[in-house]
Amino acid sequence: MSVDLSQFHQVFFEESNEGLDIMESALLGIDLENLDSEKINEIFRAAHSIKGGSGTFGFQQIADFTHVVETLLDLIRSDQFKMLSQHVDLFLQSVDCMRTMINQIEDGKDCDLEQAGQLKAQFENILANLDGDSDSDAVTETKNDDSSSDDISGWKIYFKPDADILRTGNEPVRMFRELEELGRLEVSADLSGLPDLASLEPEACYLAWNIRLFSSAERAAVEEVFEWVVDDSELSIEPMAAEASDDSKFEDPSQADVVSVTPVAEVAETQVPAVEKVAAADSQPKAAAKRETKTESASIRVATDKVDSLINMVGELVITQSMLGELGKDFAIERLPSLMEGLEQLNNHTRELQESVMRIRMLPISFAFSRFPRLVHDMSKTLGKQVELELLGEQTELDKTVMERIGDPLVHLVRNSLDHGIESPEQRVAAGKDEMGKITLNAFHQGGNIVIQIIDDGAGLNRERILSKAIENGLVKESDYLNDEQIHDLVFRPGFSTAAEITDISGRGVGMDVVRRNIQELNGSVEVESTPGVGSTFTIRLPLTLAILDGQLIRVGSDVYIFPLVSIVESIQSYDQMIHRVSSGCEVLRLRDEYVPIVRLWDIFNVKPDSEQLEDGLLVVVEGDNIKIAVLVDDLLAQQQVVIKSLQDNYRSVEGISGATILGDGTVSLILDISGLIQLAGVSREDYKKIVPEDGSQAA
Amino acid sequence: MDTVKVAEQGIGDIASAAKDQELTEQYLTFFMHKEEFGINILSVQEIRGWEPVTPIPNAPRQVLGVMNLRGTVAPVIDLRVCFGLEDLTYDDATVVIILNIRCDSGMKVMGVVVDAVSDVHNFAESQVQPSPELSNREQGQYIKGLGSTEEHMVILLELSEKLIFEEAESPSLH
Repeated sequence: MSVDLSQFHQVFFEESNEGLDIMESALLGIDLENLDSEKINEIFRAAHSIKGGSGTFGFQQIADFTHVVETLLDLIRSDQFKMLSQHVDLFLQSVDCMRTMINQIEDGKDCDLEQAGQLKAQFENILANLDGDSDSDAVTETKNDDSSSDDISGWKIYFKPDADILRTGNEPVRMFRELEELGRLEVSADLSGLPDLASLEPEACYLAWNIRLFSSAERAAVEEVFEWVVDDSELSIEPMAAEASDDSKFEDPSQADVVSVTPVAEVAETQVPAVEKVAAADSQPKAAAKRETKTESASIRVATDKVDSLINMVGELVITQSMLGELGKDFAIERLPSLMEGLEQLNNHTRELQESVMRIRMLPISFAFSRFPRLVHDMSKTLGKQVELELLGEQTELDKTVMERIGDPLVHLVRNSLDHGIESPEQRVAAGKDEMGKITLNAFHQGGNIVIQIIDDGAGLNRERILSKAIENGLVKESDYLNDEQIHDLVFRPGFSTAAEITDISGRGVGMDVVRRNIQELNGSVEVESTPGVGSTFTIRLPLTLAILDGQLIRVGSDVYIFPLVSIVESIQSYDQMIHRVSSGCEVLRLRDEYVPIVRLWDIFNVKPDSEQLEDGLLVVVEGDNIKIAVLVDDLLAQQQVVIKSLQDNYRSVEGISGATILGDGTVSLILDISGLIQLAGVSREDYKKIVPEDGSQAA
Repeated sequence: MDTVKVAEQGIGDIASAAKDQELTEQYLTFFMHKEEFGINILSVQEIRGWEPVTPIPNAPRQVLGVMNLRGTVAPVIDLRVCFGLEDLTYDDATVVIILNIRCDSGMKVMGVVVDAVSDVHNFAESQVQPSPELSNREQGQYIKGLGSTEEHMVILLELSEKLIFEEAESPSLH
């Protein structure tokens, strides 16, 4: 039976990463004063699964490294070692190291063993010191059931696994191999349980083994090998005092059948393919991993209740369908009410089904939040600040794709709050605040959006500093009057940073503009509110899903297009006095104190409009990439939610169009891409800057 | 015993039939301007009547727009424009052949507009002649060969993704 282990690699990577997350959060939650044994057990279990998994799949480097981590954890677990804060940090570093190694293997690269080696040495150092210190403790404990560890030359083990052992995925050969690491091993199989061929079940294990292990290993080490199977098997581990004296006794259990070379060979035989498998898995992770990284985001873990509700819904749908089918067989006009009712039901079920299907893609935002406790822990240490992190609304669900892409902007904003927002403990005390700063991450649903807030109780945005910096960078003029909102908005402009000095965390001036751009790419928005001395709140608004968009339908001639509703600033009827003609056919709309270039949609799309005159149509002012344009359309139609379909799948990308959708009447309508329109219309950032401030001053 | 023999013979028949068929391919044939064209039937997904489509801005002349194919958005291309034909009519007889066209990124579903569909023909490799040198005409690249039946000639096509990229020649050039 040869199994291609590589097909399970992805699962292993996923599980290991989950395990590492568990370890990380448990480590961060440890209270050293009063150690919670459940937490330690949790960490230990996670480490143990990773070790087991990596061993099984032949990722020996990870298994080796995890082993030392696990050893120390085990000592802590059994109260033989006192955990101190530096050990927590060491464990956290090892979690990082394991994560790196796993990611490297996943990407098909070789592990970078340098960091692992260093950490391993530190662990071994601790363990070595420990052996000196607490040997007495350890020995007294083991002495309870063993005569003495000194005069033990090894262990005599009788292992009779349950017949089901192979079905549960445990492989005795692997255990023997692990035992072998402890010392010289003699294994003989006990065939007494073997039935005749007719009644033999190939998947059951009928064998038992007598094992002699010549090793000075402690009992615990031997027990550990059998840890996974001890509940389901008959296991006796006895010390072997003197090699020769116990020999006769040792043979006892196996006397039923003469153990010849054959069964041993059988054992060897089963072992060979296993080794080959591991070797094969070892040699091909590159190719396999490459393939897997491609499909990485293609799989999704769905809670069973979601699938169950989907199945329920489909059941209902089938019932309704058969009812309608029945009705259709001999339809008479007097049965019209029941037909209407049936269609109504069908309508409801379809909508519910749609919602359930959408729900499958939804994950709680805790997936994105989970990395922050660690980040805040590490960073506040580096910065010498004391920060408490509060997470609210972790169960708020949002689309998986949105989640994947919101991670980095969130990290940036949290870092920003830590670095710029929260003051140092001294400053806080001087300002009459608690030494401990506080950052709150809050997520909730509002309308069809998800809102994520990053709230800090720090110094708030410094109005004067932002303004002077903006003047210095030429973003605004000294004479300009800006309200608070406009000033706060400046932090999202490219090349802007108010950090007094550049740290490795923030202050390079790339960042906030990237944050805003990333969020806008998701059809979302970000804004900041701030009160000096009290703190700042960054608010991100995102659509729940990328597959559905709130759209404004507009008409040009006979064609219907859709604007994303979030990009629309306002729609107005234009009057002649609002229009200014700047050189060579370039027109701008005077919108209060702003000048906005006018783009005729029929012109850039080469379609025939109702009228080419500005005053006959409507101007829709839209914003993209921080540029506003006023788009001339013939008419505004309904606002509705539309499902985004790719145009690229079967066609190719079209400038000015981000996708397509299917309207209620079955026709296809195209969704407009604002940045694309701006490019298509030839409104460049430089032109825009030139037009807006210059003509602004001229006209005013 | 007899039945076994028959069965063996049967298998032999099928095998030899398969051998014969190895070299023949089935083509769906259709008309454009009274000329009969053929396309490998394996790439045909379905045949639909002409329905108005949603135009795509600034698309090449032959790309009429996109259609809703049961929830999939698929481009519709007028094959007659690709072959420089004039006098384009869109009426009840006009059909759209939905094709699966292999391209770099996988399969693309697109509809091609032709005057009318005609028949399904088998062409053995021997019945197909290489097309005359048409390198000076860009539509030449879509012509795989010329197949002949008893009565007439069929122009066999092999369409590619290029249909949606290249601007078709304007008919005024002919």
